[in-house]
Amino acid sequence: MATEQTATDYIKHHLQNMTFGQHPDGSWGLAHSYEEAASMSYAIHVDTLFWSLSLGILFLWLFRRVAKKAHAGVPGGMQNFVEWVVEFVDSSVKGSFTATNRLVAPMALTIFMWVFLMNFMDLIAVDLIPWIVGQTASLTTGIDPHHVFQKVVPSTDPNATFGMAVAVFILMLYYSVKVKGLGGFIGELTLHPFSSKNMLLQAIFIPFNFLLEFVSLIAKPVSLSLRLYGNLYAGEMIFILIALMFGLAAEGTVGGWLAAVVAFFLQLGWAIFHILIITLQAFIFMTLAIVYMDMAHQVPEEH
Amino acid sequence: MNFNYTFVGQLLAFFAFVWFCMKYVWPPIMKALEERKQQIADGLAAAEKGRHEEELARERAVEKLKEAKAQAQEIIAKAEKRAAEIVDEAKEAAQAEAERIRAAAEAEIEQEANRAREALRGEVVHLAVAGAAKVLKREIDEKANEDLLKDLVAQL
Repeated sequence: MATEQTATDYIKHHLQNMTFGQHPDGSWGLAHSYEEAASMSYAIHVDTLFWSLSLGILFLWLFRRVAKKAHAGVPGGMQNFVEWVVEFVDSSVKGSFTATNRLVAPMALTIFMWVFLMNFMDLIAVDLIPWIVGQTASLTTGIDPHHVFQKVVPSTDPNATFGMAVAVFILMLYYSVKVKGLGGFIGELTLHPFSSKNMLLQAIFIPFNFLLEFVSLIAKPVSLSLRLYGNLYAGEMIFILIALMFGLAAEGTVGGWLAAVVAFFLQLGWAIFHILIITLQAFIFMTLAIVYMDMAHQVPEEH
Repeated sequence: MNFNYTFVGQLLAFFAFVWFCMKYVWPPIMKALEERKQQIADGLAAAEKGRHEEELARERAVEKLKEAKAQAQEIIAKAEKRAAEIVDEAKEAAQAEAERIRAAAEAEIEQEANRAREALRGEVVHLAVAGAAKVLKREIDEKANEDLLKDLVAQL
C-alpha cells in the first residue's frame, strides 16, 4: 500500500475490475480510472474472465489428465484425490437428484470445483497479484500502477456469479419444458398454490398464482448468485480492511508496528476461517443447482 | 455492481466447461470407479470361494490320512501273516530235509549192512565149504555143487 493513498482510495482501487471496452469517444482500450470504466460501453472485466477461465481450464485440465489415465487398479495420489471429489459430488447428486440425467452430475462437479477454485483466489494475499500486475504494467508500459486495476477473485464479481446462476437457470427452464412440456410448465406457474374446481374462480386465481410462482422462480438464480457474491465480496472486504492496518506501520510509530502485527494475526485467523467459507459456498452453489435441476425434473402429482 | 459483457462470457464458459466435463472428464472416472467396485466385489467373492475350497480340501486331507492309516495297518497285518507263513514254510522245509537226510542215511546204513551181510555170507560159504571139505577130507568140487551151495547160502 502506497503511503500517498488514502484508505478510501486503497479500498476503491481494490474493488475496481480491470475493464476493457469502448470509450465514449469510440476508441477501444483498458479503463485507467473509475470514471472511465463506468462510462465504457461493451465493457468486459478482463481480470474476472481471465481468472475464471484460467481456473476453469485448470480444473478441467487436471481432471482430464487423471480421467485419461484412470484405471481400476490402486489409484495414485492425484487419481485418488480426483476420485474422492468425484465420489463426493456423485453421492451429493444421488442424494438430492431423483430423476435420470447424464448432465447433472458433471454439471455439479464443474460447479463445485470451479467455484471452489475461484473462491480460493481469496486466500492469496490481497495485495500480491494486483501488485505484481501493477508493477509489471508499469515497468513494461510506464503506466502509473495506481491506474492498473486487478481484482483476482472472480466470484466477487456479480457478473461471474450471475453468469453461472443464469446458466443453471437456463438449464432448469430447458429441462422443465422438456420433462413437463410447455403446458405443464405453464400450469406449474399458474395453477398453484391456489386452485379451485370452479373454472371462474380458477381464472381469478391465475394472476395471483403466477405472481407468486414467478417471483419464486426468479428468486432462484438471483439468490443463487447473490449468496455466493455476497459471501465472497464480504470476505474479500474484510481482508482489505485488515490489510489497511499494515499501512499504519508506515508511520513508523510503535503503535503502527503493533497494528501491523495484530493485522498479521487477524489476516491469518480470517484466512483459516475463510477456508471453511469458500468450500461451504462452493458446496452450497452445487447443492442448490442440483436441487433446482431436481425440481425441474419433478412432475407434480395430480391434485 | 456494474453489469456488462463479462456476464455473457461467464455464462458461455459455464456451458463449455460443463459440456467438456460431461464429455471427457466424468465418464472415464466413473468407469474406473465402477470397474474397481466390480473388481473388489469379484475379489471378495473369490476369497469366499477360496476359503470354502480350503475347508473342503482340509476335510479331504483328513479323509485321505485316515484311509492311508487304515491301508498301512492292513499292509502291516498282511506282512506279519506272510512272515509267519514264511517261517512255517521254512520250518517244514527244514523238517523235510532233515527227514530226507535221515532216510538217506538209514538207506545207506541198510545197504552197508546188506553188503556186509553178503560178504559175510560169501565168507560163510567158503568157511562152510572148507569146513565140509575138511570134514569130508576131500575136495568137494565147488562147481559141481554150486546149486547146492547156493541153496545153502539162501537158507542162511
